[in-house]
Amino acid sequence: MALRFEVLGRFNRARAARLTLPHFTCQTPLFMPVGTQGTIKGLTTDQLEDIGCQIILGNTYHLELRPGSQLIDDLGGLHKFMNWKRALLTDSGGFQMVSLLHLADITEEGVTFQSPVDGKPMLLTPEESIHIQNNIGADIIMALDDVVKTTITGPRIEEAMYRTLRWIDRCISAHKKPDVQNLFGIVQGGLDPVLRDICVRGLVERKLPGYAIGGLAGGEDKDSFWRVVAQCTAGLPEDKPRYVMGVGYPLDIVVCSALGADMYDCVYPTRTARFGTALVPEGVLKLKQNAMATDERPIDPSCLCMVCKNYTRAYLHCLVTKDPMGSQLLSYHNLYFMMRLSRDLHMSILEGRFPEFVRGFLRVQFPKGDVPKWVLNAMEVAGIDISECCTPTK
Amino acid sequence: MLGLPDHILVAAAGDSIESLPSSEASNKFGASFETPAGRKLVKPSDYMELISCMRPNLWASLADEVPAWVNEKRNKTSVERTLRWLDACLALDVAAGQNTLGVVVGGSSIEERKRCATEVSKRNVSGFWIGGFGLGENVEERCNLLNAVTDCLPSDKPRLVSRLGLPEEVLEGIASGIDLFDSTYIHQLTMGGFALIFPVDMVEREMQNGIFNDSAGDLTKINLRTTTYRKDTSRIVDSCSCFTCQNHTRAYLNHLLNVHEMLAQILLEIHNTHHYLHFFRSIREAIKIGEFDLFWKQFVENRRSQIAAAVM
Repeated sequence: MALRFEVLGRFNRARAARLTLPHFTCQTPLFMPVGTQGTIKGLTTDQLEDIGCQIILGNTYHLELRPGSQLIDDLGGLHKFMNWKRALLTDSGGFQMVSLLHLADITEEGVTFQSPVDGKPMLLTPEESIHIQNNIGADIIMALDDVVKTTITGPRIEEAMYRTLRWIDRCISAHKKPDVQNLFGIVQGGLDPVLRDICVRGLVERKLPGYAIGGLAGGEDKDSFWRVVAQCTAGLPEDKPRYVMGVGYPLDIVVCSALGADMYDCVYPTRTARFGTALVPEGVLKLKQNAMATDERPIDPSCLCMVCKNYTRAYLHCLVTKDPMGSQLLSYHNLYFMMRLSRDLHMSILEGRFPEFVRGFLRVQFPKGDVPKWVLNAMEVAGIDISECCTPTK
Repeated sequence: MLGLPDHILVAAAGDSIESLPSSEASNKFGASFETPAGRKLVKPSDYMELISCMRPNLWASLADEVPAWVNEKRNKTSVERTLRWLDACLALDVAAGQNTLGVVVGGSSIEERKRCATEVSKRNVSGFWIGGFGLGENVEERCNLLNAVTDCLPSDKPRLVSRLGLPEEVLEGIASGIDLFDSTYIHQLTMGGFALIFPVDMVEREMQNGIFNDSAGDLTKINLRTTTYRKDTSRIVDSCSCFTCQNHTRAYLNHLLNVHEMLAQILLEIHNTHHYLHFFRSIREAIKIGEFDLFWKQFVENRRSQIAAAVM
């Protein structure tokens, strides 16, 4: 085990913690931006530090393709290669192969697929995934799991869950650097509470440094989503970090944190930036709209980031989708927003004002009081009273 | 609006990347430009409206720039229109020429260049923008033409020449009395994946002379896309103090270029700009100590031997 996880403050299920990794000491809850190919689109490592990023994701599949994990290892690991001094997390490569490659085939051995480079058949096994991740050298590495979309039903989900448990053992055996890299297991089981429970218990038995909740953020309805998160966080050990993969929207992060999750990743903030959308406390701001052309305010008057200090909506309106600097500036702001949210979550839990923070957050996002039902249900389980944020039902 | 309050902004009608002058479509009313939104005719009154909204520190008057190969008649017309439009712009200028760079054209005719330069000098402008170069003229002729222009300009006002960017061109321009340069040299290098590595001062040149360099370039710039750099963990230029060289390796830039990541251009532009500006600083130092001619001669000789060595 190469991490330390200390809970510093709580409110019911929510926790504010210190996560000490080989390259950086982090504060959770935290959001992790996705830097697929060894870079976060258009931002320098300097800027990422200014924004407050603590952990960033590298993508095993893409990095193995180019420049190759062996090259990265030869040059001293991904940290050195991209000159990122803080923490890194790599995923197993499994998700990309399943979601990007239509001809992927999953067997007990691993995932076979067609190489996008030359069309030859390739096989990603648990052993191979861990080997690649060992080369890349991230602080946290993910087990290869058998991922199934939550919109699928039937015996496939059960098969995938049991296979995930068999594969975690192969991942553990193949892992050559447990003293400097933390292998997280991933809970699968679709939307079935029985399957999820079996998977949680199976993974916990293996005494891993941390656990992820996978298989969500793929199109399931929100009501099912929060229930799975709630069930898993209840079953996972208190003293280990919990990572909900692929989440996401600020609202989802607040809810999951209330339910006891600690870490999140998503391409949403940076991807939406490239389409001209900025994240603001009220929701989103679409810079392409005509009204923005004459709007001299910054994206968010309450935001302290470099972009909001120096540029107006009018100027950004000219840039977005026409000049790469538009995406760069919006990515900067959006990531700053997510890290600000992470800081707010950590501090409000630590300082004993988490419910007030949640209420404030919801009030700004839903000024008319139309908080979605799934949020109400989730907050009830989380033990947070948000009745004053909601319009009374007749 | 641009968030650059401490910088000087110079505005000119054409843009060498996005809006090139299309002289065949210009007429007596205005200059024509090829823009991303189609061909546009800009009259002096339209132009001055833009200028009064942008409020740049300096602006060049609207001109009828033509390439070197147009016939005599067209060339003469371009001078006449340029002068007429200069007067029209000045008449509409609230600052009465205080921020104006009068444009000098004249193609490849020494006579016309002299005529235009002399006429523009008579107007109440605060500097000169020398256009019509970098559009395909004969390189040997250019020197004579530049000298013809600067000979007719007052020595106490700045001269800018547009579209000359290669280090040799810069040195030639400076020898002819040019003070400011604007070009797309850096942009084009960056877009092509090139990084400048030529030695920027005399000391560096001594150092580099002894080193055999099998870089995939010509010792003045390297193409970071090539596989040579896949595992090269050195900086672009070891002694460079720019952000890119202080933080990143050639191998990382090679990777970013190969995966088409925006960060590649950002980092390259930072280095290339820094390196190029350092070159200008070295020139200023050389001029101050009276060694410009020596600097120029050594630079050109060094370049020639570098290029020759790379070709062997």
